[in-house]
This record gives sequence, structure tokens and C-alpha cells, in this order.
Amino acid sequence: MGNWIINHGISGLILAVWLGLNVFLFVNAFLLYEKADKYFYTRKILGSALAWARASARCLNFNSMLILIPVCRNLLSFLRGTCSFCRSTLRKQLDHNLTFHKLVAYMICLHTAIHIIAHLFNFERYSNSRKATDGSIASVLSSLYNDKKEENYWLNPFHSQDMTVEYVTFTTIAGLTGVIITIALVLMVTSAMEFIRRSYFEVFWYTHHLFVIYFIGLGLHGIGGIVRGQTQESMHESDPRKCEESFQTWNDHHPSCKNPRFEGHAPESWKWILAPLILYLFERIILRGYRSLQKVEIIKVVMHPSKVLELQLTKRGFSMEVGQYIFVKCPSISYLEWHPFTLTSAPEEDFFSIHIRAAGDWTENLIRAFEQQHSPFPRIQVDGPFGTVSEDVFQYEVAMLVGAGIGVTPFASILKSIWYKFRQDDRKLKTQTIYFYWICRETGAFAWFNDLLASLEQEMEELGKVGFLNYRLFLTGWNSNIAGHAALNFDKATDILTGLKQKTFFGRPMWDNEFSAIATAHPKSAVGVFLCGPKKMAKSLSKRCRQHSSLDPRKVQFYFNKENF
Amino acid sequence: MGQIEWAMWANEQALASGLILITGGIVATAAQFAQWYFGVYSIAAGVFVCLLEYPRGKRRKGSTMERCGQKYMTKVVKLFGPLTRNYYVRAFLHLGLSVPAGFLLATILGTACLAIASGIYLLAAVRGEQWTPIEPKPKERPQVGTTIKQPPSNPPPRPPAEARKKLSEEESAAATSVPSGPQENPIPVTDEVV
Repeated sequence: MGNWIINHGISGLILAVWLGLNVFLFVNAFLLYEKADKYFYTRKILGSALAWARASARCLNFNSMLILIPVCRNLLSFLRGTCSFCRSTLRKQLDHNLTFHKLVAYMICLHTAIHIIAHLFNFERYSNSRKATDGSIASVLSSLYNDKKEENYWLNPFHSQDMTVEYVTFTTIAGLTGVIITIALVLMVTSAMEFIRRSYFEVFWYTHHLFVIYFIGLGLHGIGGIVRGQTQESMHESDPRKCEESFQTWNDHHPSCKNPRFEGHAPESWKWILAPLILYLFERIILRGYRSLQKVEIIKVVMHPSKVLELQLTKRGFSMEVGQYIFVKCPSISYLEWHPFTLTSAPEEDFFSIHIRAAGDWTENLIRAFEQQHSPFPRIQVDGPFGTVSEDVFQYEVAMLVGAGIGVTPFASILKSIWYKFRQDDRKLKTQTIYFYWICRETGAFAWFNDLLASLEQEMEELGKVGFLNYRLFLTGWNSNIAGHAALNFDKATDILTGLKQKTFFGRPMWDNEFSAIATAHPKSAVGVFLCGPKKMAKSLSKRCRQHSSLDPRKVQFYFNKENF
Repeated sequence: MGQIEWAMWANEQALASGLILITGGIVATAAQFAQWYFGVYSIAAGVFVCLLEYPRGKRRKGSTMERCGQKYMTKVVKLFGPLTRNYYVRAFLHLGLSVPAGFLLATILGTACLAIASGIYLLAAVRGEQWTPIEPKPKERPQVGTTIKQPPSNPPPRPPAEARKKLSEEESAAATSVPSGPQENPIPVTDEVV
């Protein structure tokens, strides 16, 4: 229970604060527009739909302000750096930036829906009251100041009886920008669906830049002053609560109740979004532009089997931590695209490396460009490093690392770093034993990781520390051929598939057995369990952590950490 | 741009447009806006688009994530053969469906989104993409029972090779209606218990 609170408590708190602010802003704006005298006459035509539209508008402003901040990656790195004395759990919240970005996006979609529906009612009611001939207060209000073009005191934006709702929508700034930015929002959301984002990254990348249109449109949305309230002077002269009943006699130059005059509400969206927009544009244009001008030296290019390209690079002033990622651009392939890759080298090495797998247009083109072995290699630009700093890995006496599929990539960095720290007797390294579980369908695309494990195995033997790193490889994409072959070669010292000393297992790990074995081998230790893999596995592992942690706090305790690399 | 399957994005966009059409239609009909009958049309069109687009097609490369419970609609969509396989048909169908909803403000957003989806489907069709259903893989389990037809004809204890050859010559000469009942040992077998 304490474990859960530590892991999730701060996230829960931030979420609660965010939701609370949303509710507060919504209710605050709702009550203002529902009760204030300034909008008394407006409400006579529009009813509550005015308040619903304005309340959701305020939440839209709030969330549009927030949505850019989680993707200001340099800002987050800066906060992480200055916060080094903070507890790592606080800093870990910065790693959930993309989750927060998506939550805010969903909230924007929800409020957009509320806002549009409310305005549909508003326009319909304005239109009806303009056409009404029953002499009601709504129709009287609607006919005020329609002919006098010089005076801007009208209430109803439908200036003539023939205007349709569609006409007013597309001829007012508010309506037109509203439609455009909503379409931009829908396109951004559909192209950001996980399935599309992971399979066709370029579609997501380019379409998501529609956010520029969204923000410009949002800033311009309120310029037309279509939300009308009574002016201060007019409220002094003719208090709406007193003059309401005598609306039929306003024209007769009644001394205490004259025609009410209205003014538009000043645009306020720009006040919310200006700062984050400037910050984000600064990051993208200035910082990334500056970083991309810095020279990146390609030290070594390695072609691994199954079309995996390893690039070893150096850049002046570049320093990284384990598990971080960088954005890479190759201008000769695409001038505009920056693609993210996890760093696979350890901070102790004097270069940084990435392993690029052929997974789409850009990666295939890049691999082809390097395959041709022209002596001037294509130029590479690098921005970063960003992202999680998994220092917690070094804090546990026993570390259980689980990498599934491509989730194994950050562990390359972690394992190498642990090995360097171990050799140099680094004080920060508390780890005495590592259990590494590698689960993948087939080793093809990760043969390079295989080689890494083999070399670590060899080095450990040389130093006589054979028990330090224990790894198990689980192949979930086996068939009877592979299994039969393995059974035949049962007696060989090395595994026939990987060449490693520890044999390959087929199928998924039986976690209960693994956890019990570790608990028995280390009865008094704190075991850190780190996973980079799918959600189902996270649930299964965190459940096992709770089950196998002893009730006695002095005995074995399993702590689950899910890393979002 | 060579490997992008535009149809996958068009599918997401069309599904979203269907939901937007349904929502706009419900608002217009429930509140009885002017010309609310377009709202009724919009609900019907939205439901149709959602049902048509719900089953995701199979990707050309790699594995495709099915939507939850899509196999029932896959069967129905598959029935229409080329009408649902071909993306030109879908592009023009969606374009046509979107037009009537454009006459009502509440559903005009659905029109715009569906028209964009139609455009992306047109791009997919021009690049030769097709809708292929995601089929469950047939289970290939050999029935253990059917491979055994007869009990073994020469079970151990067997005499050594030479004796077996002699015996088979004798047997082929004699009548070969040996019942497959209890084993008749060709060589007298003694029970050597040590």
C-alpha cells in the first residue's frame, strides 16, 4: 500500500489539482454568466446556453494553455536538472509528460463538444428571436440597433431576418475560426491514435503541426466581440432588473428606462495561450535550431543483422544519463522530420549511440543511405537528450529488469552503465545482483543486444563475477521446429540460438516461479523491479510484487517501477 | 511516403466523423432546430458510417490490432465483396453521404470531417490499397485419434533381422489371414526373471 502511494500518490495529486481547477473555472464562469446583471438581457434570448458556452470556453482556454507545457522538453529537462535535490518521485512526474498531454487533449475535446453544442443552441435562439413577431422581450431586444451601422450597441448578431445560422457562422470571425480550429483538432486527434502514431509516424508528425492553426484560430476566435453584455453606462441609466417589465415602452424616451446598449466581450484567449506558445516556439525554433547547427561527428557505423543500424556519435557539450532519448534529423532524407530514438550507450562511454531499426519510410531511407558506404556519410542533427533518468535502477541491492520486445533498448544503456560502475567500484551503485528478463517474439531484430549480453558474459567471467548478471531470454514466437532443435542440442554448453551460456526459454515466463526463486535467494533484500513493456505485463508484475513482498518489512520486499521510455 | 497506408488513417477519420454526425444529429433533432429532419438523416448516416468503418482492415505489412468485438461486423462487411473492398467506392460513398448533412449547422462539422475522410480514402484508392478482412487463424490441430488406424503389426519382442526375414518368407507362402488379435510370438519367449 505504501508502495502504491509512493508510486502513484504524486500523480494522483497532480491529477486531482488539475481536475479541481477545471471544475472551479467551469463553475465560476457558469455562475458569472448565469447570474450577472450584465448578461441579464442576453439571457432573455439565450437562456442557460450562454453560461454553458462561456464556462466551457474558459476551460478550453485553461487546457489550451496547459497542453503545450508537457511537450516543452527542454523546460522539463531544466526542471529535472535544477530539481536534483528533490526526491526522485517528484522528478518522475516529469516523465509522465506525454500522459498528461493526452489527458489535457481529451479534456479539450470534451469541452469543445460542450462549447459547440451550447453555441448551436445560442445561434438557433438568436435566429428564432430575430424572426419572432410576437413582440416578446427577446424580439424587441433583437431588433435594437440593427439599422444604425455606426453604432455598435446591438445584442443579436443576426442583423436581418433573412440571415441563416449558416450565413452568420461563416461570416463572423468567431464562427469561421471556430469551424476551422475544430476541424484541425479532429484531424490532430485521429492521426494521433496510438495505432496510427506507431505504424505511420510521419502522418502523425506532420498532421500534429496543425496545432499552429489551432492556436492562431483560438487567439482570433474572440476578436469579433460576438458575446454581448450590457455596457456599464447603460446599466447605470437603465437598471435591467427594474426596466425589464417596461420593455415595450423603452422607445418612448421613458426617463428611467432607455434602450439598453450592449458591447462585445473582449477577447481573452490570447492572454492564456501567449506565454506557453512563445515558450514552445522558442524551444522548437531557437533551441532546436541552435542545437541542429552544432556539429555531430559520426565515429562509427555498424550494420547489425536484420537491418539494424548502429550509429556511434559525438557532439560537443553532450552529456546523457541512462534511459534518455534524442531527436534525430537527417536533412538529406527529410528537411522537416525529427525522429525520437532511445540512447543505447552508457554515460561512461565517450560517445553516444542509437540503434535504428527499419520500421517505416524515414528509417528505411536512412539505413539505405548508410549501407552504401559513401565516404561522406549523410549529415545528422541531434536534439536532446530528453526523458526519464532511471537512476533508481542503481539504488536497489537486487534489481529485476524486464524488457519486452523493443522495450529492451533502454536496458542496453542501463546494463552497460551498471557494468561500468561495477568495474569502477562506483559508490552510487548499490546493486549486487541483477536478474534480467528479455522477452521477445524472435531475436532477429535484437541480435545486437544478444552480442551485448555475450560480451558482458565474457567480461564477467574474466573478472570472476559470474553471479552478478543473471539473464533469461524468453522467445514467445517459437514453433515446434525451433523447440525440437533446441531439445536435440540440450547438452551443449551454449545456447544454439543465441550462443549465450544461459539457455533460451520458450514461451512466456512463469512469474510466480521467478519471484519465489528470487525471494528465496535474497530473503532480506529490497528488490527493484523495472519494466519496459506492455501494460498487461505491468499489471501482472505489479500484482506479483505485492503478492511476493513479505509482510515483515525486514524481509524481502519487491518494489515495482514502470518506466515509460 | 512509400509505406504509409492512408486507408488506416482514413478509417479513423471516418469513424470519428460518424460519431460527430450522430452527435450533431441528436442535438438538432432533440432540440427541434429549424430543418431538424436533416438531423434525423445525419443520425442514420452516422450510424451507417460507424458500422461500416468499425472493422479495421488488415495492414499490408505487420500485424493489425483489431478493434474490440469487430469480428461480427467483419463478417457483414465482407459480404458486400467489391463494394466494401474497393476504396474508390468508399470515397464516393462518404462524399455523397456527407452532402445532405451540410445543410444543417449542427451537422456541418460532420460533413467537413467525412469529406476529409473521403479525400484520404481517394488517396488510398489511387495508391492501390484495398480493404482485407482480419480473419482468425484456423486452428491446425491434427486429430490424434485419426492417425492411428491399426495397432502395430510387429510389436516387440521381435526376433533378430535374419529370423524375421525367414519368417516373412514363410508367412508370405502361407495363408495371410492373421487375425490382429493377441500377439503370436514367432520365437518361443521365456520369461527370464533374474
